[in-house]
Amino acid sequence: MSVEKKPPRRREGLLFDKSVPGKRGCDMPAWDGPAAAELEPRWTRTDIEGFPELSEREVVRHFTRLSKLNYSNDEGFYPLGSCTMKYNPKVNERIARLEGFAEAHPLMPVESVQGCLQVMADLEKYLCEITGMDAFTLQPAAGAQGEFTGIKMVRAYHQTHGDPRQVVLIPDSAHGTNPASAHLCGYRVEEITSDPRGCVHLSSLKERMKEDVAVLMLTNPNTLGVFEPEIGEICEVVHAGGGLVYLDGANLNAFVGVARPGDMGVDVMHTNLHKTFSTPHGGGGPGSGPVGVKQALAPFLPVPRIVRGEAAAWKWSTDYPHSIGKIHSFYGNFGMHVRAAAYILANGAAGLREIAETAVLNANYLRKKLEGTYHLPYASPSLHEVIFSDRNLERFGVRTLDVAKRLMDYSIHPPTIYFPLIVKGALMIEPTESEGIEDLDAFVDAMLRIAREAEEDPELLRTAPHTTPVGRLDEATAARKPVLRWSHGLGKEVS
Amino acid sequence: MRYIPSGPGDRKKLLQALGLDRADQLFDSIPKAYRLQRPLDLPPSQAEADLMTHFRELSRKTLDPHDSAVFLGGGAYRHFIPAVVDHLISRAEFYSSYTPYQPEFSQGTLQSIFEFQTLICQLTGLEAANASLYDGASALAEGILLAHRVKRRRRVVVAGCVHPDYLRVARTLTETLGVEIVEAGALEDGAASLKAVEKVLTADVAAVVVQQPNFLGRLEDVAPLAEAAHRAGALCLVVVNEAVSLGLLKAPGAAGADVALGEAQSFGIPVSYGGPYLGFMAVRSEFVRELPGRLVGQARDAQGRTGYVLTLATREQHIRRERATSNICTNQGLCMLAASLFMATLGKEGMRELAVQNRARAEYAKALLSRTPGCRALFSGPSFNEFVLQVPGDATRIHRKLLEKQIVAGLPLAENFPDRKKELLICVTETNSRAQIDRFARELGREL
Repeated sequence: MSVEKKPPRRREGLLFDKSVPGKRGCDMPAWDGPAAAELEPRWTRTDIEGFPELSEREVVRHFTRLSKLNYSNDEGFYPLGSCTMKYNPKVNERIARLEGFAEAHPLMPVESVQGCLQVMADLEKYLCEITGMDAFTLQPAAGAQGEFTGIKMVRAYHQTHGDPRQVVLIPDSAHGTNPASAHLCGYRVEEITSDPRGCVHLSSLKERMKEDVAVLMLTNPNTLGVFEPEIGEICEVVHAGGGLVYLDGANLNAFVGVARPGDMGVDVMHTNLHKTFSTPHGGGGPGSGPVGVKQALAPFLPVPRIVRGEAAAWKWSTDYPHSIGKIHSFYGNFGMHVRAAAYILANGAAGLREIAETAVLNANYLRKKLEGTYHLPYASPSLHEVIFSDRNLERFGVRTLDVAKRLMDYSIHPPTIYFPLIVKGALMIEPTESEGIEDLDAFVDAMLRIAREAEEDPELLRTAPHTTPVGRLDEATAARKPVLRWSHGLGKEVS
Repeated sequence: MRYIPSGPGDRKKLLQALGLDRADQLFDSIPKAYRLQRPLDLPPSQAEADLMTHFRELSRKTLDPHDSAVFLGGGAYRHFIPAVVDHLISRAEFYSSYTPYQPEFSQGTLQSIFEFQTLICQLTGLEAANASLYDGASALAEGILLAHRVKRRRRVVVAGCVHPDYLRVARTLTETLGVEIVEAGALEDGAASLKAVEKVLTADVAAVVVQQPNFLGRLEDVAPLAEAAHRAGALCLVVVNEAVSLGLLKAPGAAGADVALGEAQSFGIPVSYGGPYLGFMAVRSEFVRELPGRLVGQARDAQGRTGYVLTLATREQHIRRERATSNICTNQGLCMLAASLFMATLGKEGMRELAVQNRARAEYAKALLSRTPGCRALFSGPSFNEFVLQVPGDATRIHRKLLEKQIVAGLPLAENFPDRKKELLICVTETNSRAQIDRFARELGREL
C-alpha cells in the first residue's frame, strides 16, 4: 500500500449558504377544509430568520456529500476501544421500520399495541437469561442513563433499609460517565487505585469498604480489557460491608454466552444495546441502556413496567410504590429494543457465544502481532480489547495522537486514544467479532508501517492525516472563541 | 454465524497464531466457577427470512394507523415524513459511524450537528443549541439542572400544565441534588395563572418552567411569565412538546425565554412506540458553558481550511468526571440528522405552512366535535393542534367504544388528572384527513 500526500477531497458548504428565497423541498398535503381564524400577532412569528430554502434535489445532494466526509463501519475497520463497533445487520433496520412498530403511538390503548409490548417483554426475558439477572427495565435511553437508573435504585434500596450511605467507589480505570452518574444521584465519588495488573486491589478495597459505601461501580472486563480475576471475592467484600455491586456492562460483548454477571454476585448492571447487541451507533446515538437487577432491587425498577394482564395480554403497570419513578418520556428507545431482539434471535445461544469467542480471539491476535513494536502497559490477559501505549515511540517524538491521525491515511479509523486515563498515551483497540483475518492483518500491517515511519520520518506522522477532507483542526482556538452556529456572513472561505 | 466473517479455517489460523487449541482457552482469566456450563436458554437462531416473518407477525398485532383514525398527541406526534429523511439517514456513512471523536474522519457528522444547532437556534430565537439530548423529558431535567447550577437556587416553579410525564422524569433526575419542583398548577381558561406563579416566586426559585403550547393544548402567554421570572432573579424555561408549533408561534427567545428545550420527534422521526426521540436545548449565549451534552464548533486546520470539531469539552464527563455539567455521553445522533433533513426539506415556508395547516385541521375538528350534542371545547382561548374536548359521561368509556370503530379518540385525561373524567385530549395533524375528522364526529355523535 502506498500512501502519498493526496490533494484534499472536496468539501461541502453550509446548508444556509446554499439557501435561495422562494425555493422549497416539500409541498403540503391537500386540505379542503376551511382555514383557521388567524391568531393575534402577539402569539405568532412573521419569519424564521435565516432558515434554509432549498429544493429537495439540493437537500439530497448536500447531505449525500456530507455523508462522504464521514468514515464508517460499513466501509472499513473501526476499532474504537470500548465502543464495540460491530456490524449492524441490515435486516434489523427493515424490521424496526415495519409499520406496526414505527407507526405505533406510545399512548395507544395497550390492546392495540400487543406486538410492541411482546417485543419488549421478550427482550427483557432474553436479557435476563443472557446476564443472569432477575428483572430488566428497558427505559434508559443510553448507557449513562442506565448508570443513573442503576445507582438511583441502589440509593432507594439503602434508603428503604434506613441507611442511605454517602459514597460510591469507582476504579480509576472507569469511564467518565460512572462518576458523573453517581454524582447526579447525590453521592460522593471516591476513586480506587488499580493494582499493577490493572485490576481492583482487593486488600485496599477491603480496607476502604466501610459503612458509608453504598456501591462499588465496576466495569468487567474493565477498560483495559482485563477480566477481574477476583470478581467473586470483590462482591463478597462489598456485600459483607453492606454495600452493593454495580456492573457497567459496556463490555458484555467479551463474555456473552460464556459467563453471566448475575452468577458472580453482581446486584445491578446496565448493558448497551448499541454495543453488544449491534444497534447502530448512528454517528453518536440513539443508544439504549437497559438495566438488570437481582430480586432484592426489583421493587425499585422504573415505572411503568410490563406485566401480564387478563387473557394473557400485556399491559403497563405503575403499581410499584418503591419504584424510583420514570426515566424516559415514554418506555425507552423502542426502535432499538426491536433491533436488539432481532439480533439476539438471529444469533441464538451458539451465535452469541461465537461472538464473544471471535471478539476475544481477534483482540488477542492483534495483541500478539503488535506486542513489542508497541508498548503493552499491562501484561494481564486480554479479553475483547487490547491497550497499547506510545512509550516505544517517545524517542522519535511521536505520540499516540500522531499514530491515530496517520492511521486515517491507511483508511482505518483510529482506536480510542488517551483512554483509559491510567495509561499514559493509551491506544485502546477493540476489533470486535466483525473483522476477518484479512482486515486484522491489514490493520497490523498499517500499525507496523506507522511504527517504522515514526523512526524514519516522524514529521510525516506529526502532520498527518494527509488524505482527509481537512487536516488537524485547531481545537484550542475553537474552544476559546466558540462559533457554534451559522450566522449571516460567517466565514464563507474559499473551498 | 452469518454476521461473522471468520470462517472455520480462519479461526483455526488465529488460534494457532496464539498457540491455542480451543476457543474456550481464551477465557482462562474468567474463574472456572463462573463459566457457564450450558448454552444460554434462548430460541434457536433464525434465518433472515424467518426473522422477518416473526417480526412481521408481531407488528401486525398493532392497530394499523392507515386503516384507522388516530387523534393522539400528548408528547408524540404523527406527521408525514418525506422519503428523503429515511433514505439519507440510512446511508452507512451516517448510521454506521460513531461519535465524531476523530474530526478528520467525521466532518459529515460534525457539520450536520453544526447545522442542526443553527436550525434549533433559528427556530427557538436563542443563541446556542447543543447536539441534542435523549428526549423531551430528560431535556427538561437537564434544563432544570442548568438553572440550578447557574442560580444556585433550589426550587423550580412550574407554571400551568406541563407534560405530567416530563415532570415525573424531571423529579426522578433532579431530586437527589436537592431540587424541589413546585407546581403552580392553577389554570385560567386552561392556561397558566400569572398570579399563582407570582405567589410562589420566592428568592430561592431558580427557574419558572412553562410549556408552549401547554399539555392541554392551550397557548401560553410566555412574556409576562418570563418577566415575572426575571424580576425574581430566576430563569425562564420554555418547554416545547410539539416542535411543529415553532413554525407559527412566537419564538421562545423572542418571548423572553432564557432556555428553550423539549422534544423534536415531530421533525422526521416516527412515533415508534415512544422512542428513539430527540431532546433539544437552546440557551442565551451567556449560558453556553453550562449546556449539557455535545457541542460542535467551527475550527480551522493548519492550511486555514474550515472544519468542525466537538468543542467546550471541559464541561463534559470524560474530562470533568463527577464535576461535569451532565452525565450524558452520546447525543441522539441519527434522530438529530433526521430532524435536520426534515427541517431542510420543509424549509422556511414549509415549516410555516405545516404549522398553519395543523392548526387549520385542529380548529376544524374542534368546531365540528364541539357541535356534537353534549360536547364542548373546554377552553375558549387559542390552541395549536391539540385541544381538550369535554364529553358527556365517562371519557374513557367513549374512547373504548370509538376504538372498536378504528378511531383513537385522543387521550383520556383521567389517567393523569383523576378529576378530568369527562375530558379527551384531541390531537389533529396533517395526517388526519377531513374524512377522518368527519367520521370521528359522526361516530362520536352515535356513541352519545
